[in-house]
Amino acid sequence: MNNRLKVLRAERDWSQSDLADRLAVSRQSVNAIETGKYDPSLPLAFRIAELFALPIEDIFTSPTKG
Amino acid sequence: MRMNLAQKRYVRRVFVSMASYLLTLSIALHYVGNGHVTGPLAYLLALLPGLSVIGVFWAVGRLLVEEQDEFQRMLLVRQSLVATAFALSIATVWGFLEAVGLVPHVDAYFIAILWFAGLGVGSLVNWLTLGTTGGCR
Repeated sequence: MNNRLKVLRAERDWSQSDLADRLAVSRQSVNAIETGKYDPSLPLAFRIAELFALPIEDIFTSPTKG
Repeated sequence: MRMNLAQKRYVRRVFVSMASYLLTLSIALHYVGNGHVTGPLAYLLALLPGLSVIGVFWAVGRLLVEEQDEFQRMLLVRQSLVATAFALSIATVWGFLEAVGLVPHVDAYFIAILWFAGLGVGSLVNWLTLGTTGGCR
């Protein structure tokens, strides 16, 4: 699933490790989500959205639209 | 490499299980293998190494339950499924070949060894398909 995670992270000057620490996940998880190799669960997607203070659909592109 | 709490527990559990395995195996081989002990005690001593290996399976199961990082958990699930398919496939094919006398007999505990080797294959599959073997943060 395409997403804007890398852009949002770069805007805040966070490394993958910084974001991983804030989400309490591994750096590999952040990398896998950013590269579209892994789609996060709904609870994790909500945690990401809340961290960036954005609606989920502003971060993740719906597979039917992307 | 940083390990999370679940991974630290896993390492500790595997270490204890393997230490128990080495100890109980040497005891079983010495006392039962050399015929120093017979009867029910011999059965008990001979069971202990196998129970220790079960401890490793339990540790893997607990890691699956306790791992809070969902991506790491998915990697471990995939790794375990590949290991199971690897071990069962070889054991099944070998069993039929053995039944018709084409290959020598192999002790059943080798299935566990195959499963542990299969974890390595599963790790390779994760690396080839997802770019990471997981494990640590």
